[in-house]
Amino acid sequence: MIFLLRRLAQGALVMLVVALVAFLMFRFMGDPVRGMLREDATLQEQQELRDRLGLDRPLVVQFAKFVGGALQGEFGVSWRNQQPVMELILDRLPATIELVVVAMIIALLLGVPLGVWSALNRHRPQASLLQTVSLIGISTPTFVTGILLILVFAVILGWLPSFGRGETVEIGFWRTGYLTASGWKALILPACTLALYQLALFMRLVRAEMLDVMRQDFVRFARARGLPTRLVRFRHALRNALMPLVTIAGMQVGSLIAFAIVTETVFQWPGMGFLFLQAVQFVDIPVMAAYLVFIGFIFVVLNIAVDVLYTLIDPRLRTGGAGAGR
Amino acid sequence: MQDAEARSLGRIARLRAGNDVLDSFLSTPRVVIAAAVALLMILTAVLAPLIAPHDPFDMAAISLLDSELPPAFLEGGDARFLLGTDSQGRDVFSAILHGLRISLMVGVVAVLLSMALGVTVGLVSGYFGGFVDSVLMRLADVILSFPTILIALLVNGILRGVLPSTQATATAVLVLVLSIAVNEWVQYARTVRGSTMVEKGKEYVKAARLTGLPPRTILRRHVLPNILSPVLVLATINLALAILTEATLSFLGVGMPPTQPSLGTLINTGNEFLFSGIWWVVVFPALTLVVLVLSVNIVGDWLRDALNPHLR
Repeated sequence: MIFLLRRLAQGALVMLVVALVAFLMFRFMGDPVRGMLREDATLQEQQELRDRLGLDRPLVVQFAKFVGGALQGEFGVSWRNQQPVMELILDRLPATIELVVVAMIIALLLGVPLGVWSALNRHRPQASLLQTVSLIGISTPTFVTGILLILVFAVILGWLPSFGRGETVEIGFWRTGYLTASGWKALILPACTLALYQLALFMRLVRAEMLDVMRQDFVRFARARGLPTRLVRFRHALRNALMPLVTIAGMQVGSLIAFAIVTETVFQWPGMGFLFLQAVQFVDIPVMAAYLVFIGFIFVVLNIAVDVLYTLIDPRLRTGGAGAGR
Repeated sequence: MQDAEARSLGRIARLRAGNDVLDSFLSTPRVVIAAAVALLMILTAVLAPLIAPHDPFDMAAISLLDSELPPAFLEGGDARFLLGTDSQGRDVFSAILHGLRISLMVGVVAVLLSMALGVTVGLVSGYFGGFVDSVLMRLADVILSFPTILIALLVNGILRGVLPSTQATATAVLVLVLSIAVNEWVQYARTVRGSTMVEKGKEYVKAARLTGLPPRTILRRHVLPNILSPVLVLATINLALAILTEATLSFLGVGMPPTQPSLGTLINTGNEFLFSGIWWVVVFPALTLVVLVLSVNIVGDWLRDALNPHLR
């Protein structure tokens, strides 16, 4: 409980720092008034907006107002297309989430078994081949993977579309591509692109952990007790090898959202990352600031969730009165 | 006399350690190949203006008549252009050599800058501890918990808003180097801080302190030489990472401008022509990038294992 409170306090502190960075960007990069009004606005109009935004008040007051606004999802208006920033982000959110979820599932479903297999069969030539391939996977930048996939499957073979989301269905505010055939077809290439790096990462991690656990005493004892190999491998070793994966996988959801910036650009996928990149290119500060706060929030929540989950899974980390779990 | 003996003993021990590393290097063919490839690429990058058969930046030498020629080994290829030409008639091979040069330059400068910054912060943080240490390390935590590319893009956006004339090559390089260094100094700082805290308690540092040397001298002359091997490993692995980040930023259109293209910029411009079937303008720069990063990564991986006494 104290642990949870401390983590929450830490998270709040990080959010405050992120908000401060976002605020400083918003306040000091370019003139917010110039960015929000038309080119030919009169001096009086400028002064009115300045008053309304409270730009003449002390910085601390302005920052407090910024945080207050952020808590209510109020981040101002995009300089580029004059829409409320929060509306833009929420509009793009489903596309990114759907892409990240599918990529994560692909990476886990393939990465974990491959890692386990190459740890158990590490002396076979196929396993060392797999290691080399995974090193190539880690060394290949996401955009190169995407371009090569487009070249093969869209340009040469013509099987799959190379951009956009296909047809989408609106359910409430959530626009999903999961319900149409063209939506799924459009999802395949970007999801594979995004998954490849994570796949290689998970595979290497699970392999290393598995090898490490297999060397430990409790596995040797389990073997010495004459337990069947299957049982030792999957009940004893695998369970323990997967623990760090929970942490890494949780953190990687965050990186996937960030890496999606690149993937979304390659495939012109209308998600948050594409939005952010356009904001960086056009120096559209409100969008950049809002994206920063939004992503920061997702990261902090994920970090705390991972830590809590970890203590739930690993009884050794439970402090105070819980006793030995098993 | 004794002093000389001790010194020669130390020298023998160092030579032996060096020999072990050399042995392990020569007995892993994969690493030897990777190192050779990496060295070859660095050499070609340095000598690019001499080696490149054409000057891709000389507008007078480029002819639109030569545009979109396939690689020389394919049908319709021209022997003058080994890897074909792009839509403006530029030689792809020469463009890659120059791009490699720019990519490596940005990568190396970024690594040197973040190393200098990170090592200094780490030494000071680890040696003095206290308030400065905890502030710097919290900052490091925050930076580490966000992905490289996100922070790089953010810093990039901010700098491009602040600095004038982002089209100038020097500005573009500066923006890229800073975007990368903001991420990478953290790893050096953490590693060096840890080792410094260990070294601080050892006899030789205590002795140096007793002789009245100022902390700056102790850190530079005594502590620093003893903590360099993990820094070396980090620098190698981070070079690969820096090259990747630079390529990604350039690909996203916020890195090197098309007038001074790095490998990432080349892939970005080539990408627009993917559907017109001239794949060679994308595939060859991409392959060059992957081979470069892969070989540096392999060397870095090996170096980490070879210099880590726990894994021997």
